Amino acid sequence: MSAATGPGGLGRAPVVSLRNAGLSFGERVLWEGLDLDIHPGEFFAVLGPNGSGKTSFLKVLLGLQDLGSGTATINGGPLQRGNRGIGYIPQQRPFAADTPLRARDLVGLGVDGHRWGVRLRGRGHRDTVDALLAEVGSSSYADAPVGRLSGGEQQRLRVAQALAAEPRVLLCDEPLLSLDLHHQQAVSGLINRQCHEKNSAVVFVTHEINPIIDYVDRVLYLAGGRFRVGAPEEVMTSEVLSELYGSPVEVLHHEGRIIVVGLPGTAAHHHHPAGEV
Amino acid sequence: MDFQSFMEAVFNFENYSELLPLVRNSIWAGAVLGLLGGLIGTFVMMRDLAFAVHGIAELSFAGAAFALLVGANVVLGSLVGSVLAALVLGVMGIRARDRNSIIGVVMPFGLGLGILFLALYEGRAANKFGLLTGQIVSVDNVQLNLLAGCAVVVMAALALIWRPLTFASADPDLAEARGVPVRGLSILFMVLLGVSVALSIQVVGALLVLALLITPAAAALKVTSTPLLAVLLSIAFACVSVVGGILLALGGRIPISPYVTTISFAIYLGCRILGNRRSSARPARVRTAA
Repeated sequence: MSAATGPGGLGRAPVVSLRNAGLSFGERVLWEGLDLDIHPGEFFAVLGPNGSGKTSFLKVLLGLQDLGSGTATINGGPLQRGNRGIGYIPQQRPFAADTPLRARDLVGLGVDGHRWGVRLRGRGHRDTVDALLAEVGSSSYADAPVGRLSGGEQQRLRVAQALAAEPRVLLCDEPLLSLDLHHQQAVSGLINRQCHEKNSAVVFVTHEINPIIDYVDRVLYLAGGRFRVGAPEEVMTSEVLSELYGSPVEVLHHEGRIIVVGLPGTAAHHHHPAGEV
Repeated sequence: MDFQSFMEAVFNFENYSELLPLVRNSIWAGAVLGLLGGLIGTFVMMRDLAFAVHGIAELSFAGAAFALLVGANVVLGSLVGSVLAALVLGVMGIRARDRNSIIGVVMPFGLGLGILFLALYEGRAANKFGLLTGQIVSVDNVQLNLLAGCAVVVMAALALIWRPLTFASADPDLAEARGVPVRGLSILFMVLLGVSVALSIQVVGALLVLALLITPAAAALKVTSTPLLAVLLSIAFACVSVVGGILLALGGRIPISPYVTTISFAIYLGCRILGNRRSSARPARVRTAA
């Protein structure tokens, strides 16, 4: 992993570390025996069909879900809610049209929304928010109501909120879902910049690898209670996916994109999120 | 009733200067309630709790009616009823869907209980009616102090949880991930809401609490998205509605609530029209360059 020796001197210590980790709901095992180290500056994608435990994987890292077995650390400490140094970008979820927040207020909540009381020091906060808005290219609609922004614009604000925590690890839960291609590229580009320029680790949960195929260093593919970790070209093969799914799956490469054909119950993985398992 | 006698019943300003001092307490009470209702209303809107307010009000009414029947303090009875109802909703109704069905089930039961207690009560009929439709004359010093005291406590608590509550209301997923105690805040807010509803019932009555806790905030959100301005407008609208309603109701012989609800509805209409102009004057979306 070239990313493991990235700049900043933090390179060698993993940001996220799991040992023999497992998670199951009742009888159903989502994954178990997972050993994993994610390093600063590494873009790590988590793939798999619906119900394979992708989002639960993220919830474990966020401290919202306990591991069934094994141990895990993040930034060298235990997993707990509200961990400093973690940025989180959730799925795009529209805001009600009359939400009384402007774009800058939403980003502001990402900066200090967890603190008690009413915000008193105005100037420093305003500068911080302006800088974050500029960083994600949202300055032009800083004072627009969030309820009137498009999904893509809202999702840029999500990135700004996540960056406010100055995260050493950025956890993303399907952040590109329901965005148009232009905004998919913009948002994934911003996340990639945080990863490869600012040396944050990125854990990116998605059902669709193509929008981030150029950025991904390693992949965790979860399916049918099994998993595989490795570089995309090692994992995204007909042989590996057929083994994970327990049925013949074919992986095609076309102009730098990966198309998965023959997933159980679907015609093609590529561009058909509704047809997932 | 001809038009003239109708107008006399609705608007009557004879002996106004003599009547005014008699309702000084009520006007103060109205101002305090306006402040409280406008403040908490913005969160009610953000958290989508309008129906919950209605449900809490009916149980608060049952509590007040019970207190009236057994000769206890009516404000206290109404407080107990609404805080209990708010707690039930706060604990059981996490998701809006569950919450609405619980309200739909509990509300008629509360209303039925209230009607039962009122039917058994043999005191003045005005007391009965007042719980449902509001009254202005009956605020004495003790009640005013109780009301103001409760309002101060609720407002202080709101100020303390303002930021995390805003975060949790607008954006629960992210707030939870950032360590905001979303569930605890939700229950605490329901208690504060229960207290506010109980206080409001004393002036506008159980049926019309929405005019104080919802309409002003809904109107404010039509014309602004700036958080501070939304709160200030909401408070101003609520105060104008209640105090204005009391002043207009003074001479006439009908209850206060139609005045309050009409003023707050007129403000809402005005804001809606302004709001529609605002959104059509400006493109709904601001496009960004790639």
